[in-house]
Amino acid sequence: MELFDNIVLGFETALQWQNLLFCLIGVALGTAVGVLPGIGPTATVAMLLPITFNFDEPVSALIMLAGIYYGAQYGGSTTAILLNLPGESSAAVTAIDGHQMALQGRAGHALAVAAIGSFVAGSVATVVLAVAAPPLARAALKFGAAEYFALVVLGLIASITLARGSAVKALAMVVLGILLGAVGQDLSSGTPRFTFGFRELYGGLEFVAVAVGMFGVAEILKNLHDPEQRGQLVGRVTNLMPSRADLKRIVAPVLRATGIGSALGVLPGGGHVLASYASYAVEKKISKNPREFGRGAIAGVAGPESANNAAAQTSFIPLLTLGIPAHPVMALMIGAFIIQGIQPGPGVMEQQPVLVWGLIASMWIGNLLLVVLNLPLIGLWVRMLSVPYDVLFPAIVVFACIGTYSLSQNAYDILAIAFFGLLGFVLIRCGCEPAPLLLGFVLGPLLEENARRALQISHGDPMTFVTRPISATMLGLAVVALVVALLPAIRRKREVVFSEED
Amino acid sequence: MTAPARRSAARLRPRSDADLVAGVVFIGFGLAFGVAASRYDVGSLLRMGPGYFPLVVSSLLVVLGVVIAVKAYVAPDLAHLEDLDTPDEEKEGLSFGRVRWQPSVLLVGAAVFFALTVDGLGLLPATFGTGVIAAFARPGARPLRVLTIAAGLTLACYVIFVVLLQLRLSLLGDWLGG
Repeated sequence: MELFDNIVLGFETALQWQNLLFCLIGVALGTAVGVLPGIGPTATVAMLLPITFNFDEPVSALIMLAGIYYGAQYGGSTTAILLNLPGESSAAVTAIDGHQMALQGRAGHALAVAAIGSFVAGSVATVVLAVAAPPLARAALKFGAAEYFALVVLGLIASITLARGSAVKALAMVVLGILLGAVGQDLSSGTPRFTFGFRELYGGLEFVAVAVGMFGVAEILKNLHDPEQRGQLVGRVTNLMPSRADLKRIVAPVLRATGIGSALGVLPGGGHVLASYASYAVEKKISKNPREFGRGAIAGVAGPESANNAAAQTSFIPLLTLGIPAHPVMALMIGAFIIQGIQPGPGVMEQQPVLVWGLIASMWIGNLLLVVLNLPLIGLWVRMLSVPYDVLFPAIVVFACIGTYSLSQNAYDILAIAFFGLLGFVLIRCGCEPAPLLLGFVLGPLLEENARRALQISHGDPMTFVTRPISATMLGLAVVALVVALLPAIRRKREVVFSEED
Repeated sequence: MTAPARRSAARLRPRSDADLVAGVVFIGFGLAFGVAASRYDVGSLLRMGPGYFPLVVSSLLVVLGVVIAVKAYVAPDLAHLEDLDTPDEEKEGLSFGRVRWQPSVLLVGAAVFFALTVDGLGLLPATFGTGVIAAFARPGARPLRVLTIAAGLTLACYVIFVVLLQLRLSLLGDWLGG
């Protein structure tokens, strides 16, 4: 039983007391930052990422990071439910019914249901991950350059279809991200590109600086310009444990959401957002009283939260098997892998079994810690919401600067934060979302490298991308996704579907 | 102004200034990268030089930027970002909104200050200065409170990064003889 051995190995690693401790610290830190208004999981992970760089053991660093991620997601849901201020688009769905429940005095129930649903979905999805990842990794080893190229294209296009607002702008953001990713020495010829003669730019732009600038600093700039429109704060949370009847009502939604989330999470390009929306839409459609949705339906909280968490789990599959991040948080994870000296990809499961299975097991433990630790501490997290903003935002700036500087003691990285903060602010004001840019930035070098390799192998014949079946299928899917995203008529319909929900 | 003149003036004004700014930004980046890329060896499809891929991608960016800028006049994005506080009469096109100089300059300045001084002044003074500048970015900030926040932040950073995480950063830099 290879699978069984792997899982045992994983738990042996994750249950070492120091890894357990790091997971715990990560969950607590992630929740503490993630609960802050306007800071979603991506921004949280980006800001806390530098803390993990100084660990000796790579597995401890990654386990802590996974804890931060889960904590941040849960913290984001807390803010969405209590304040109606979702930090990221996936929590926006939770806010619809969650905040209504909170206004009706059922905040405790909403928070508990979110945590329990997430735990169940996360547990199931962990098993899915453990079962599906090894064969997929073996299949991925057969991927050639053309297939990789097609897969990256598909992932980038998929991220466009899920961005809010204009698809053309999202596409432009992806393309800009790819260009920014080209800064630095060209891998095959060694020519420095777009460095303006600065030696410090030879290694390329620092990913953490781009992420912190585009998400952290840009967000603060936006908030300082448009004074916060806080929702009605629900200050007191009582009555955590949902009733037996409530628990019964969420069983089916949670299970359905787990299936939806596990399947969609594997998609590169933001499957977790799609999972939340899909689960909400399904629950609303099959509910006996759909009018309840938008007015505090417990299934409207349990479903999307579970789907989101299941997808978060299975989105590790493309990361571990192909080295391709499914969404910006996974891109940050890749950054962490590389800083620890590990190149994620098809080989990582074979070469680093302790690391991979330890990480998988710690995700489950992280979910468990969320339930047993975060629910009792909910009062503390609620108090985090009352930290005044004039203390909060200088703290974020200072932490971001020190954290990024500690990476490689390169002051240019901090200048990059300033630059991307300003650029991000301008672009957000123009209605462009930063997430596609970040994905383009991470995947751009992969795209270029594989395009060049594929064309060398085919002796310069570009038909290689459409004559190889796997590559052709993925490119075909990408074209379909692009057409769907760009067709304004379909798009308007899509917006109607979503606006019905708020 | 005569009626036709007024009409043509109205036609010249973009229906969404946010779309226009976005288009201009993308065109600008596309052109800058494109011009720079054309100086590198372009090569052929078989042996792509360092300039090939960026040249293709930046041309695509310019095209997309033009599309977005044209769309600003003919089919602007709707003001779908509800958090932008768009006045009702401008709801038809996404508005860029006004720019406040105090937060923009000071917040960006805070990061730049850190970049310029962390090596010379060292971690603690750079942190304090960055904290002060950043805290002043909020319109209506009061000096005493700003100084208190910055001092508290410096202490917190010392505890987190130096004591707990044991980062090897010089606390006082060369300029201060540290």
